[in-house]
Amino acid sequence: MIGVVDYGAGNLQSLGNALDHLGLAWTLIDSGDAFERCDRVILPGVGHFRSAMETLMRSGQSERVTLFAQSGKPLLGICLGAQLLLESSEEAPGLAGIGLIPGCVKRLTCETVPHMGWNRVRSGQPSAMIGDLGGAHFYFAHSYVCEPTISEQRLAVTDCGTLDVCVVVGCDNVVGVQFHPEKSGDAGLGLLERFARC
Amino acid sequence: MLAKRIIPCLDVRGGRVVKGVAFKNLRDAGDPVERAKAYMDGGADELCFLDVTASIEDRPLLIELVRKLSKVLFIPFTVGGGVKCVDDAKELLRAGADKIGINTAAVQRPALIEELAGQFGNQCVVLSIDALGQGRDAKVTTHGGREVTDRNVCDWASEAVALGVGEILLNSVDSDGARSGFAMELVESVIDVVPVPVIASGGAGSAADFVELFTQTRAHAGLAASIFHDGSTTPNYVKKLLQNEGVEVRL
Repeated sequence: MIGVVDYGAGNLQSLGNALDHLGLAWTLIDSGDAFERCDRVILPGVGHFRSAMETLMRSGQSERVTLFAQSGKPLLGICLGAQLLLESSEEAPGLAGIGLIPGCVKRLTCETVPHMGWNRVRSGQPSAMIGDLGGAHFYFAHSYVCEPTISEQRLAVTDCGTLDVCVVVGCDNVVGVQFHPEKSGDAGLGLLERFARC
Repeated sequence: MLAKRIIPCLDVRGGRVVKGVAFKNLRDAGDPVERAKAYMDGGADELCFLDVTASIEDRPLLIELVRKLSKVLFIPFTVGGGVKCVDDAKELLRAGADKIGINTAAVQRPALIEELAGQFGNQCVVLSIDALGQGRDAKVTTHGGREVTDRNVCDWASEAVALGVGEILLNSVDSDGARSGFAMELVESVIDVVPVPVIASGGAGSAADFVELFTQTRAHAGLAASIFHDGSTTPNYVKKLLQNEGVEVRL
């Protein structure tokens, strides 16, 4: 069973529709018990780092996400959900993130911001959890980007005008993707399917 | 490098697709869910739905349509028409829309942009501008092109981006439905003054018009309705043509 963390932010409908389309069993989770019933968890997110992180802390979900990751089970962060896995963000100075991945989230410096549309993702490090992205195009809509401290945790990059930015972060059982797999056509659906079976 | 996006647009009224020439003479063009799915399978990078009547009575039909669309579309889609406040937008986003298009209501009350961007993030807020005229002198029109304001298009675009708009859908009223090519000078004028992506709309009469758009302007995306509706071309055909010209596309 895939748990989708529901903290009142973002468009969970689209992700749920994609999982339904793939015939994958999933449930919205907001309490500790619900986390325990899941063998993998997705942390979604659209919106502001501060309001999302404050809600996660207030509800105790931040701690539950950490415990879940420490149990070794697969955890996938999507878009803002990926950024929340890091230690801090320029979008919300002074506020700590979940902190499972060392590093910070920075404002994009490319010519056109937001970075919006389809871009080709190039894998650096292989990830068993999401497979080889093989240079496929994925859909992005963001103004901030993850900067992991450990270079091995930069799993994939994309060419954002004049510079390469990190768009997949993670290690072992914790992975964050900056793009929206649920909005990335067949390439995105394939990624979600691999995550469900990893 | 970001791929240039091809965006079929569906004008809807009462839950059905319609398309008029120069915003008039609306005629029925089919079931939006079937159309949308066919476009996705045919290579559309994104879709845009505009509720052209945007009447209160039709609102529940629109919400129901968005809900159905989100179940079959695994590409992003924007819904616009009649959004006047945060609650209107919230209803559409909850039903599954990815972005909200605003137009007349934002011209009348620019603070709407700040409210939407503050609540949902700028990546969610698409400002649609119906521009009359060419280049830097173009004027903003409202109410589906029927009313001309004295606002300058470039000034309005800059102001809106400062307030939090994440993308601009720039529609040339002169070119709309005329099939004589995109309003290139207008597109370049707006790109000169804003840092956000600009979607060119109005005037596509053939796949070649997209090649012209992307080789001669910096447009991020091109939007069209009739040439996709009447089957004269498909998004994938357009993108193959673009790829042959060395333009980055998703194929």
